[in-house]
Amino acid sequence: MTPQTSHLPEPLRDAILGAMDSFGGARPAMLESLRLIQHEEGWVSDDRLAQAAALLGVSAAELENLATFYSMIFRRPVGDTVILLCDGASCWLNGGDAVRDRLMERLGIGFGQTTADGKYTLINCACLGGCDKAPAAALGRDRRLVGPLDAAGVDALLEGRE
Amino acid sequence: MTETPLTGRARADRAPHTLSEWQAAGGYEAVARALKLPPSEVLDRVDQANLNGRGGAGFPAAKKWKFMPEPGKSPGDGPSYLVVNGDEMEPGAFKDRFLLEALPHQLVEGAIITAYATHASVAYVLIRDEYRTAIANVKRAILEAEAAGLLGRDILGSGFSLTMKVKPSAGRYIVGEETALIESLEGKRAVPRKRPPFPAQSGLFGRPTTVNNVETISLVPHILEHGPQWFRALSRTEEGGTKLYAVSGRVHKPGLIEAPMGTTARELIERSGGVSGNGVLRCFQPGGGASGFLEAAELDIPLDFGNCAKAGSMFGTGTMIVLDQTACPIGVLARHQRFYARESCGWCTPCRDGLPWVARILDALEEGTARPGDLEILRMTAREAGPRGRTFCDLMGGAMSPLATALARFGDLFEAHLDGGCPIRRGIL
Repeated sequence: MTPQTSHLPEPLRDAILGAMDSFGGARPAMLESLRLIQHEEGWVSDDRLAQAAALLGVSAAELENLATFYSMIFRRPVGDTVILLCDGASCWLNGGDAVRDRLMERLGIGFGQTTADGKYTLINCACLGGCDKAPAAALGRDRRLVGPLDAAGVDALLEGRE
Repeated sequence: MTETPLTGRARADRAPHTLSEWQAAGGYEAVARALKLPPSEVLDRVDQANLNGRGGAGFPAAKKWKFMPEPGKSPGDGPSYLVVNGDEMEPGAFKDRFLLEALPHQLVEGAIITAYATHASVAYVLIRDEYRTAIANVKRAILEAEAAGLLGRDILGSGFSLTMKVKPSAGRYIVGEETALIESLEGKRAVPRKRPPFPAQSGLFGRPTTVNNVETISLVPHILEHGPQWFRALSRTEEGGTKLYAVSGRVHKPGLIEAPMGTTARELIERSGGVSGNGVLRCFQPGGGASGFLEAAELDIPLDFGNCAKAGSMFGTGTMIVLDQTACPIGVLARHQRFYARESCGWCTPCRDGLPWVARILDALEEGTARPGDLEILRMTAREAGPRGRTFCDLMGGAMSPLATALARFGDLFEAHLDGGCPIRRGIL
């Protein structure tokens, strides 16, 4: 869990003010503010959401309205590595189910869940724009595209020997 | 002159060019040329080139641009906008990722020329959150162009000024719908707007706005560099240019192919190493998840917007999904419908409630728990909510197109699913 402070850290505050400047005011900077928080801390906590709303001069409910709509804004803590696994048709046609099953078996979690040790969060997502690498997944903070995956590839990935 | 203008300069490892490398390869010459012409002349050349928008609907780019008012001719104050749609998320589509990652300066060039022709002084590039490399590469290209006086005030001494910014999104397929995208840029939920007014009258922040796809914008510099006649001659049909096709699913070498507009599915599948699985084609979708199914009899149709529509499908994003005889089209359909159900913005009832219903029935068919009346529900939904249906935007109408064509073409297969689940998976068919 990220330690919370009563104020936004200075760099985040500056980044959000920068987004307001760049995108035409507080409202168009709302989604970017959520993204900036998530980039730093992995997810958007209630405290951070309230702090960002105060800085932007909008209500927390307005910011929450966006946070709950945009699926890549996480309102719960996530693992160190987020795995976005494509469940689209092209990935399914190339063995996506076996990759899904292996990931769930190895991690002991289903979609939308985080491992008990806090290492991984597994999320289903389509389409990742990696149909030429199907079955594909996007990993970690930089959403690195990996594929084509199979059960052995999942093992290699989780054991850090790609 | 190159036959693959769009991707010809790309590097095998997708590494983007620096500004000086891009200029050494002839980059930004099209900008210099365009800015010496009046904006109306630039627009005319794109019009003569017959460039259809590459985002899915295939609307002629110049026709869209013509709706943009000249400076001082729109009521109120503020800039006109250009929005580049880089929210690629259509099942089967991975072409814009490549153009954004590998050829960011081409996009900046296209944006400058398009903004000039449409009297826009601010350009946004919205890119989906997962395309992190694309976001970084386009941002860097913009900074380089700014530092060289190719963006900003009085570009190349022409008097034309343009500010360009990247705005990353944060998930949700519906953001790619042009009016939903505008809502998103304004800081709202991405719920499509009612049209009219069209974005050219009242778009971003209530100002005149043009929204174009990444591929459309990336083609524009080449029209200015080589001329509209050359661009039209690249194509095998009436619709101008080359197309960045994508082929995925059951082929040996899935990937991107830049080829003349009007290239056939047969040729694209051959160039992708042929059909995998059992090697025999069952069917294909020519333009992503929302395009109707076609079969072997349609392999020689020249793929463009007009011909795909004539065949009862849709060219869409030009990104083909291929199924061999051992792949079940109902299984593919089930994945598509789950996706569209999940990505509905929830505004219109038929879409919000109808798509999950369709998805559940398809899952039940696959599992063998569907009932005979379920097929009638699918037929009714496809009929009532199909193209030009009962919703604000085309998400549901688009989703119904593969359903309607599957019901029409694979009726027996649907019936066979009623008897114990997918017969292909069980090895019966």
